[in-house]
Amino acid sequence: MKTRLQRLLPLAGAALLYGVILLLMATKVLPRSYQQMLPTICTYIIMAVSLNLVVGFLGDLSLGHAAFYAVGAYVGGMILRYLTAIPFGVRVIVAIAAAAAVAFVIGGAFLYFVRKLHGDYLAIVTLAFGEFVRSIVKIIPGTGGSAGLTDIPTIAAGAFPIKYIKAFSWSYVIMVISIFLIVNLIRSRHGRAIMAVRDNSIAAASVGINVSRCRIVTFAIAALFAGIAGVLYAANTAAVNPADFDYNVSIEVLVMVVLGGMGNIGGSIIATIILVALPKVLLDAAQYRLLIYAIALIAMMMLNANPRFTAFKRRVSEKTSKFVKSLGRGRD
Amino acid sequence: MAMLEVKDLHVFYGVIEAIKGISFSVEAGEVIALIGANGAGKTTTLHTITGLIQAKQGEILFEGQNLCKTPPHKIVSMGMAHVPEGRRIFAELSVFANLKLGAYTRHDKHEIDQTLEMVYDRFPRLKERRGQIAGTLSGGEQQMLAMGRALMSRPKIILMDEPSMGLSPLYVSQIFSIIEEIRRSGTTVLLVEQNAKKALEIADRAYVLETGNIALEGDAHMLMENDSVKRAYLGE
Repeated sequence: MKTRLQRLLPLAGAALLYGVILLLMATKVLPRSYQQMLPTICTYIIMAVSLNLVVGFLGDLSLGHAAFYAVGAYVGGMILRYLTAIPFGVRVIVAIAAAAAVAFVIGGAFLYFVRKLHGDYLAIVTLAFGEFVRSIVKIIPGTGGSAGLTDIPTIAAGAFPIKYIKAFSWSYVIMVISIFLIVNLIRSRHGRAIMAVRDNSIAAASVGINVSRCRIVTFAIAALFAGIAGVLYAANTAAVNPADFDYNVSIEVLVMVVLGGMGNIGGSIIATIILVALPKVLLDAAQYRLLIYAIALIAMMMLNANPRFTAFKRRVSEKTSKFVKSLGRGRD
Repeated sequence: MAMLEVKDLHVFYGVIEAIKGISFSVEAGEVIALIGANGAGKTTTLHTITGLIQAKQGEILFEGQNLCKTPPHKIVSMGMAHVPEGRRIFAELSVFANLKLGAYTRHDKHEIDQTLEMVYDRFPRLKERRGQIAGTLSGGEQQMLAMGRALMSRPKIILMDEPSMGLSPLYVSQIFSIIEEIRRSGTTVLLVEQNAKKALEIADRAYVLETGNIALEGDAHMLMENDSVKRAYLGE
């Protein structure tokens, strides 16, 4: 049994990492273009980890995660833009809370209506829902229509490097809280129920799990976090446009989940960092970003279908976990 | 009053009538066997009792309450556990997590741990392998896990669907002796089996299902002596 202290250990690690990155930013060791990228990475990590909840843990394929990202970006963006009476810091919190709530309700309501669908059928419907949300947004007053919502007050205010430090701090803290909540959900009794539905829905019903409700709530929770990621996007870029949320975004996030391993939170985080940062690092490769994604997806699927590769992967993960355990023993 | 009573049950798959008005009852403390060939309607009957399929007509009374409109996830907390056919375990979760999920509807944390110890005592193999991913267990071990998981809800009655399917003779004997132990500990058992010989050996009473109808019923040992049962199900 893990003690409370051990559960909090990753948070201490996250705080340490934050300190290190902050130092690199303040001393300008980290170049400007990389500093600019950090909030994007945080945003995408929230997207990938929350999508993993649906794809990896619940076992339902969603091709429309960008829909809830859009909902969050517009709800949050409009609150930031129009409710100027509220002080900015508080407004960001209000925007996040409101976007999370709206995305949760829309996500839950969506799955409630299509709860009879599974597999390919559900995947197609989620794909359509993503485009549906993008079109609806255009006709809602106050969203700026096809031109998009502009002049959103941004969390990246001030001079370099202060503006990026601010943007990163907001994004990082919200990302850590999101991951912490999702990981705790997965480790709880409810998390076990979610994985039970994935492994076998008849057996899940036979032990007393309400399978429909479990799917609806899990999908709504994933939508909630995508909504939060949407607010971060709006607050970082200062402008949102319906074109920012097309199905390519959903596919990109899905690639991150698949590359990192379905049902593997740490994998999603690492894959996201690599896929967002890689095109920047290999400057010339930026134009081939989508090509890299496509190749990564094809390679992962082919490799994971290959028994020799999965056996190799298992050997490596066993060795790593033994190694990590031996490190732990060394410390005691 | 019987613990479980099924009255004039009709179940349809589309326009095909799979169960054509069967009635049977299970008294507390009994082991009742439901035997029959493939397609006779055994699994359909169990799925209708546990709410996975809706009956078109008829009544299912469990301790006097009608179960016909009760969704499957509510059945367990009423004291009825279902061991589904084909070892439906949670393949990617550990043995321990599978067992914990069996107690999903219970909230008495301390007593759940006691039940877990009880299950480990009955299935020492599961205790040895508690950290192992359930999908990597052998077929017999998976069947034991499915039974252990059902026991975790502390059921009054346990419905077992073909527990011997696809198992080696050694495991089949083991599974049946466990069913006898479960009965001795006071849990009622409704057993659906194709292995008529084994099922009739441990059952008190039995019903023979044939294409959606009950063809024969009665004392299990009497049925073993019945000529048509011998010919059709015991291969004698």
